[in-house]
Parts: sequence; structure tokens; C-alpha cells
Amino acid sequence: MISRKDVEYVANLAHLKLAEKEKEEYTEQIGSIIDYVDKLKELDTENVTPTAYTVPMKNVLRDDKARESLNRKKTLANAPDKKNGLFKAPRIMSDN
Amino acid sequence: MEIYEMTIHQIRKLIEKGDITAQEVTEAYYNRIDNVESDVKSFISLTREKAEAQLDNLSDKKGILAGMPVGLKDNISTEGILTTCGSKMLEDYCPPYNATVTNKLQDAGAIFLGKTNMDEFAMGSSTENSFFHNTHNPWDLDYAPGGSSGGSAAAVAAGEVVAALGSDTGGSIRQPASYCGVVGFKPTYGSVSRYGLVAFASSLDQIGPITKDVTDSAIMMNVITGHDPHDSTSVNQDYPDYTDFLKEDVKGMKIGLPAEYFDIDFDNEVKESVLAAVKKLEDAGAEVEEVHLTGAEYALAAYYVIAPAEASSNLARYDGVRYGYRSEKDDDIKNMFTHTRHEGFGPEVKRRIMLGTYALSSGYYDAFYLKAQKVRTIIKEDFDNLFKDYDLIISPTAPTTAFKLGEKKDPLEMYHADIFTVPVNIAGVPAISIPAGFDSKGLPIGLQMIGPHFGEGKILQAAYTLEKILDINKKRVKL
Repeated sequence: MISRKDVEYVANLAHLKLAEKEKEEYTEQIGSIIDYVDKLKELDTENVTPTAYTVPMKNVLRDDKARESLNRKKTLANAPDKKNGLFKAPRIMSDN
Repeated sequence: MEIYEMTIHQIRKLIEKGDITAQEVTEAYYNRIDNVESDVKSFISLTREKAEAQLDNLSDKKGILAGMPVGLKDNISTEGILTTCGSKMLEDYCPPYNATVTNKLQDAGAIFLGKTNMDEFAMGSSTENSFFHNTHNPWDLDYAPGGSSGGSAAAVAAGEVVAALGSDTGGSIRQPASYCGVVGFKPTYGSVSRYGLVAFASSLDQIGPITKDVTDSAIMMNVITGHDPHDSTSVNQDYPDYTDFLKEDVKGMKIGLPAEYFDIDFDNEVKESVLAAVKKLEDAGAEVEEVHLTGAEYALAAYYVIAPAEASSNLARYDGVRYGYRSEKDDDIKNMFTHTRHEGFGPEVKRRIMLGTYALSSGYYDAFYLKAQKVRTIIKEDFDNLFKDYDLIISPTAPTTAFKLGEKKDPLEMYHADIFTVPVNIAGVPAISIPAGFDSKGLPIGLQMIGPHFGEGKILQAAYTLEKILDINKKRVKL
């Protein structure tokens, strides 16, 4: 079970605005998914090492050399807003 | 037989003999699309101009896919061509570069007919989570094609393309292939580059082919596998010629049937059909035994922690700044972020971002995320241990045949459509779904063969053998 407060807290962490109806739905649905996932507790994982990737791999390194990358025009082509060859975003700091 | 009903290897023979040209093949497929697409709705966008340009450049090429009309799931990047991921968030997004698999198919001479429909960001099992429209199962238009690669599977089944690529994070190639009566292959994690695949859950995602038969699956695998320096999880090793394994021979092959999977309460017709197919492999000389694996329910539970956790991190990039949708409510930056994500993502994507953020949040990380990663170890070692003694594991691909569009409303119920396919991604091993029969409604039943890491060869050999024995694969949809 999770509470509506949990849902609001998590939505804030995830930068998601939720409508009132969504908050209600997600409280119930995510709650029942969490209850299901709780099954994992039935398995003894004492002394088990966690797995992130299933295929054995070490750090993959390459020479630190400059290579060609996307040019500015292509990079900006999908931008919702741009100005003077830069991405344009709403202001981050207020006047005062 | 119509051209649109043929396989890659059949069409290639006709082209080589000079009976037909690549132009005529593409034309035949576009005609088919004109006739059936309004019913099936496999595509998000058609790429006729691109196909024509590729045909024009084909003359000097003798690639293995020369002139083959293919579809790409709409989360596979195509330079300058819409790649929406089935989302409002990327409705107008044209990637500035090609995915590695896109380049590989193009270099092999493939002709891109269009980008196929999918559940938004590949999250779903019915393609109903697409922002754009539903895709209909070509065997019965009232039914869902499965998902998330439902558009790719439906397009192949309907003869709108000869083959397609999908992506599989928890069954998204195999389950729709099962529902649509075609062959779907999820390769070993790391054997196909993910460069240019829009990320969902990076430790689980893998690109693979959806084809009309096992031979075509091997041909497509030959084209798309291989090391890629652009993907640091791509495994640097030699990959075999998969067509070498297309042999009718399962003598002495050791096959395990996991008791914990067959004990789950699922559709009887599916169970009977799969067991009948296994019996035929046994008659052909395979050794079949019951084996034991950690219950699939635990893999599913681990999946619904790991996949949403990775998704919540991967999808943090959609902030309305560099590409994608931006809300008009952009008076300040935080409002712009939250409204953009509220308006740009659909309900299932938001649900999974929330779930993943919760599982990673302070106080829950150990109980959920770390625990799931430990369970992942148990599941992987389970498979590793079995594959010391067995060549293959067989199960149904999905617990039922296709369900009706609009039928499943509850998220958890929908998640259970992937109960047999999810453990494979958790363990990173390869698996194929091939048609095993039809139920009383005339809907296809899929059988899943699972092999050890990089054990694609034996899977293809057994699948090829079973396909020949069952001889149901020439059956095509009536549209």
C-alpha cells in the first residue's frame, strides 16, 4: 500500500504534474503493483550479489581522442525553442 | 502465392532468377499496404520517398537483403525520418542520426517501407498504449496484435512488409509474434547494438527480427548482430553465420520443460498445443525432461522493479528543452518541466516513471531495487545451471492467445501477458517464438525456445526442425 501523499511526493521527484484524478488512480494502481512486487521478499537473498548486467563485461574504454560529432544545425533541429544558435529555455532565476 | 505472402528467401530467389525486380517487389508491398492498412493500422508513418531513394541506390548492390521491403519499429532511429516511439512527447522528432541496425539493414540493401506502431516508449503488451491509434490483429481485427512491437508483428503477418525489426524488453518481440502467428527472435543481450534505439530499460532492451519463418529470422540475425563501439554494452566477439544452423536435426538435443512454468494456471489450448509440439520434437530424437526454475512470478516481480527504475532514469531526459514536446505553460522552468511531462507522456508511461522513481527513492532502494537485482542474480544463475545439462528450454510464449482490443483494463492483469517472456530478459539469454498451432478461435499459438547466452544457433536449429515438422507456417491471414 502507498498513500496519496507518497504519490504526490514521488510525482514531484519525477517532475510530473498529476491531475487530481491521476493521483487517485495511481495511488490505487501503484499500490497494488507494489503489493505484487512484495513477493520478492519470499526469496532468500542473503549473500547474493546483485546483477546489473547479465553478460560479463568490464569497463569499456577507448582512447580519449576528439571525434566528429553532430553539428550545431543538426543538434538544434528538434529544439522546441532556440535563439542565436542555442537552446532556449524559460528563465531559471526570478528578478529578485 | 502472392509476392506479399512470400519470405525473404523466396523473394530473393525470384530476384536472382530475374523473374521479378526489386521495384516490383516494393510496389507489390505498397499495393498490399494500400489494400489492408486501413484495417490493420500497423504503421505510424509510411516512408515512400525513402523507399524510392533506397531503390534508386540499389542497382549496384548485391546485399543479402537487396530489395527486401522491411518495417522498423518506431523506436529505432532513422535519420531525418519521424521516430515517435508511439508518444506525443516525440510526435515531431526526426533523429539526426541512424541507429546502427538501421545502417546495417540499409547496407544490406533493405528497403524501408515505414515505421511501425508500438506501445508508447515500448511500455505495454497490446500496442493500445500508442499515442496514435490501435493496431489490429490481422487474424481477427477485433483482437490486439500484442505488444509492444505490435505494429511490426501485424505488418509481417498481414504481408505489409516481408520482415520487421522490433525491440524486446520483457517480451515485446516474442509476445506479439506469438499473437500474430509469426517468428520473433530476442537475441542474447549485447549481441545487437542498441545505439539509436530509444532507451526504455537499458539492461533489458534488445533489438531483434520479426519474420515469416525461421530461415528469414537467421538471415536477419546475420545482418543485425555484431559488435558496435557506439554501444558500450555490445559484446565484442565473433558471431556465427546463423544460416549454418538451419538443419532438420534435433537428435540427442536435450530439452527442459520447466515445471514451475507449466504449473501456472493458463489457457488449456495453448498448453496442449505446446506439449504436442514438444512431443513431435521428442519423436524426432530430442530428449525431453522436466526441469526446475525459480517461479516465473518472481522474475515478473523483479522485472516490474528493474524496468520501471531504469525507465524513470532514462525518461528523465524528456524535459522540453533539446527535443520533443514542450508545454505552452512555460512561465518558469519547473512549471515547464512538469507540464511538459504531464502533457507529453501517456498514462502507462507515467505509471512506470512513478513506480520506478518510488523504487529508487530514499528508504525504498534496498527493499525494492537492490532486492530485485539480487533476485535477478538468482534467476540468471538458475538458467546458467540448467544450461550446463540442457540445450534448450521450451515454454509457451504467452499464457493465452491474443485478447480483444480494449479487454484488459487493469495494469497488473496486462503485465501477466509477459509472464513467460520476462524471465528471459532478466537472465539476458536468447529466445525465439514460433507458431505452434491455432486455437479454436483460429488465433495463433506461440511456442518459446530459450537457449544459453550466445546459444542462438541451437535455438534456430530446433525451431527450424519444428517448423518443418509442424508445417503450419505457410498458412497466411485472409484480409
